[in-house]
Amino acid sequence: MLKRTFAALALGSALFAGQALAADYVIDKEGQHAFVNFKISHLGYSWLYGTFKDFDGSFSFDAAQPEASKVQVSLQTASVDTNHAERDKHLRSDDFLNVAKHPTATFESTSVKSTGEGSADIHGNLTLNGVTKPVVIAAKFIGEGDDPWGGYRAGFEGSTTLRLKDFDISMDLGPASQTVDLIISVEGVRQ
Amino acid sequence: MQWRNTLRDYGLVSILLHWLIAVAVFGLFGLGLWMVGLDYYSAWYRKAPDLHKGIGVLLFMLMLLRLVWKLFNPRPAPLQNHGSAVRLFTRLGHGLLYLGLFAVMASGYLISTAKGRPVEVFGWFEVPALVTSIPRQADVAGLLHEYLAWALVILAVLHALAALKHHFIDRDATLKRMLGRH
Repeated sequence: MLKRTFAALALGSALFAGQALAADYVIDKEGQHAFVNFKISHLGYSWLYGTFKDFDGSFSFDAAQPEASKVQVSLQTASVDTNHAERDKHLRSDDFLNVAKHPTATFESTSVKSTGEGSADIHGNLTLNGVTKPVVIAAKFIGEGDDPWGGYRAGFEGSTTLRLKDFDISMDLGPASQTVDLIISVEGVRQ
Repeated sequence: MQWRNTLRDYGLVSILLHWLIAVAVFGLFGLGLWMVGLDYYSAWYRKAPDLHKGIGVLLFMLMLLRLVWKLFNPRPAPLQNHGSAVRLFTRLGHGLLYLGLFAVMASGYLISTAKGRPVEVFGWFEVPALVTSIPRQADVAGLLHEYLAWALVILAVLHALAALKHHFIDRDATLKRMLGRH
């Protein structure tokens, strides 16, 4: 009896410990410490940067068990912003993001593979313009710790390269601009 | 022909404004439809929208001039053979054409200036952005611009057909008056 209780307790605490370590974080949208940016070559001569202003997401993370981490982000494609009204309107049209038909893009991780100290490949499914494809985000752990206001935070930056054609983006911007780099920089507040 | 309108005829200024604006409206409509389908590497990809916006602003100034000119000139009286229904439809149609023109131009202006950038007119001058806070401004204004432009051009075609009907069927002076040959 006592033995069984002890075993159950030990098992329970082991499970509990595993879960307690992988804490849940919500991306800090409120304080705007999170960015979903992209860059694409303009004619091969310069980088054009843009951002998605409206997104949300959460992740679970444990520095001791990085491969148990999970992340999910969803963003409103209509919030694309490259600081140019006509270009942004064009980006929202069916030449690019087709936001009327596909207002939301999502990323959901499926597995995380550690690639070294503080870095990992986040495998997951990206849904963009109605197309779901597996992508790998090369992520770097930036830091974690107490914040000055009584909370606890952890931050990452990751990037991946997407082929526009893979996501049915029909506009041809020329040979140097077939791919776009997605750069995600987020800080999460522990729940 | 005189510069100013009389109670009987349109003057040279009114006639020139009418035809210039007619050419600009159909030209801008065609240019607008064509330019949104251009390939990114087309030589016209940047030039065509610049032309469209520049001519659009000049058209707006012509329309203001036209309104002022209208205000300070007599309005030629309706032709004798036009009954009260024709007169009513004429007033209504002309009113809608004016309204449509300003609505198309305003919506176009709201697209380009949605993020605070001015509209550049051939490097001569800029029209500053005054309204930037309408939700989804560029998209909403863009849709309006397209639909209103179609409505305006359809209305202008009806206007032209009406003038031809007066000329060839009623055989009255409606069209001749606008050609300065009354």
